[in-house]
Amino acid sequence: MTKAEEEFQAKIDRDIKIEPKDWMPDAYRKTLVRQISQHAHSEIVGMLPEGNWITRAPSLRRKVALLAKVQDEAGHGLYLYSAVETLGTDREQTIDDMHSGKAKYSSIFNYPTLSWADMGAVGWLVDGAAIVNQVALQRTSYGPYSRAMVKICKEESFHQRQGYELLIHMCNGTKEQKEMAQDALNRFWWPSLMMFGPSDTDSPNTAQSMAWRVKRYTNDDLRQQFVDITVPQAEFLGLTIPDPDLKMNEETGHYEFGEINWEEFFNVVNGNGPCNRERIAARSNAKKNGSWVIDAANAYAEKQRMKKKVA
Amino acid sequence: MTEQDALFDYCLRIGDSSLIIGHRLSEWCGHGPILEEDIAIINVSLDLVGQARSVLDYAGKIEGKGRSEDDLAYLRDVAFYRNHLICEQPNGDYGRTIVRQFLFDSFHYLFLNELVNSKDDFFSGYAEKSLKEVIYHMQHSTKWMLRMGDGTEESHRRVQEPLNDLWRFTGEFFAVNEVDKILISNGIAVDLNKIKPKWKQYVREIIEDATLTLPTNDWEQLGGKEGRHTEHLGFILAEMQFLPRAYPDATW
Amino acid sequence: MANENWPLWEVFIRSRQGLNHKHVGSLRAADQEMAIENARDVYTRRSEGVSIWVVLSANVHASNPSDKGPMFDPAEDKVYRHPTFYDIPDEIGHM
Ligand SMILES: [Fe+2]
Ligand SMILES: [Fe+2]
Repeated sequence: MTKAEEEFQAKIDRDIKIEPKDWMPDAYRKTLVRQISQHAHSEIVGMLPEGNWITRAPSLRRKVALLAKVQDEAGHGLYLYSAVETLGTDREQTIDDMHSGKAKYSSIFNYPTLSWADMGAVGWLVDGAAIVNQVALQRTSYGPYSRAMVKICKEESFHQRQGYELLIHMCNGTKEQKEMAQDALNRFWWPSLMMFGPSDTDSPNTAQSMAWRVKRYTNDDLRQQFVDITVPQAEFLGLTIPDPDLKMNEETGHYEFGEINWEEFFNVVNGNGPCNRERIAARSNAKKNGSWVIDAANAYAEKQRMKKKVA
Repeated sequence: MTEQDALFDYCLRIGDSSLIIGHRLSEWCGHGPILEEDIAIINVSLDLVGQARSVLDYAGKIEGKGRSEDDLAYLRDVAFYRNHLICEQPNGDYGRTIVRQFLFDSFHYLFLNELVNSKDDFFSGYAEKSLKEVIYHMQHSTKWMLRMGDGTEESHRRVQEPLNDLWRFTGEFFAVNEVDKILISNGIAVDLNKIKPKWKQYVREIIEDATLTLPTNDWEQLGGKEGRHTEHLGFILAEMQFLPRAYPDATW
Repeated sequence: MANENWPLWEVFIRSRQGLNHKHVGSLRAADQEMAIENARDVYTRRSEGVSIWVVLSANVHASNPSDKGPMFDPAEDKVYRHPTFYDIPDEIGHM
């Protein structure tokens, strides 16, 4: 370790935040750019499965709640891209990397939303899992990332609540509504557990990320935390978690759960999920179709500057 | 037509217009030209749907048959919708959306600016509250008209074309029917003839500043206020109303 | 002109009257009016602000962290600038 690296690590060990202009190892910078932009992409791609139901929301109250929720995710994406930019990486560059498949986003958003109950399941489970992850990341070592997380966490709680409330309503509704809710849980349960990423034994970057305090807990720790929080919530709804192996271990006080289908996970991450192509196409079309708008505003701003100069 | 009927119809005209154009804008969510603009346009959408909720709620009370905002939004068919035709026109590209929004926002602003003086307490309060939001909408779409009109050659074309297309729907803003006549006489409704010249002047100025050409075809396509719509509304409603129609026993 | 990104702006928000503007993040905008409007929509959706400043990121000049010693350390031993440096008898109460 060089002296600079030692000093850097000493700061991390004392929980002193790293700020944009501070010296940092290249690998730390790279890890951050990868993790934060991946996180940002997830917020943005995450708008699509829920956006899918905005025009079909069954009441005006639900419609504005969902719309505001999905809009928040755009904001989250922006807060995170803004953290990426502090590392000297242009946001559009990372976005292009996502569109080309080079950069990843959370695999959960490659699953389709098929019924209105999915809006409940996504809010409850997907935002729920994201919250577990993000609460932990509020203490991450990079200042701008940590501050973005604090802001995001403040906004997230309404997301999960609107989803859960919607499910309470459906579970107390007609037989068909309850069936829809159960079906949504069946489809979203396992992909939600996958959101925490591969098991620790299969996660090559974890040790270094932990040492740098970019990550504060391992994937498996966070996943366990999520299961422990969520199972009682499912019971309250009167829904069954689709895992025959799920049971409380009285000794540890934690739930034990079945084996995750990692083959499915890696396939979906690598482009084989049900909606990967549609998601990427939607986002890259948005950019492509918007580029003339960007150009127009630039051209107009330039003309205004020239006018001012002349005047 | 009784005064109560007229008032109910007038509520629907205001509420449906906000709801339908707000719904159209919500289709942009996740697909905007850039994140910042995605968020901005969804704010406008949220404002408009919020406004629609409060007027439709009032409409239900005026009607007195116990219909809620959702009953009115989700269980009326095309012929019973009273929105301006321009509100239901498809988004097209972002230029078309901005033109539609600009034409509507500038009318909406002038309309609310008069509705503030309504003798109906709900309307005056509603107008005052909504006006704060709508001033911002108008600024937003106006600035984009300027940027696009006086931006690049491509952007200029992409707003001039929809401007020519959508112009035919603007006459409807000022078309006076039986409902207006009844409600203007007792000081509830806005005298549309009063705001027409102001709107024309504002729109002409901005179009000029944006280096665009004012459309010359003055044919006025009317009908929305009487429930005779374009083909687009049926599809909006089919999508929007699907759940309450498919599961009539359920609440959400 | 084509394919050029909008410039980056830093956003500062005064959360309520009487407080300083605080840096909250950045965004992209083609001109300053748009930057203010975007800042309103992105960073004050929950009435987090009463006033907004935007500054082109390119115009922000930051101190160099390696100068941190000479820049900020001299202030550290000037404890007399801090109220707790002064003993006030308890009877006086809060001052
Ligand atoms: Fe989020
Ligand atoms: Fe969320």
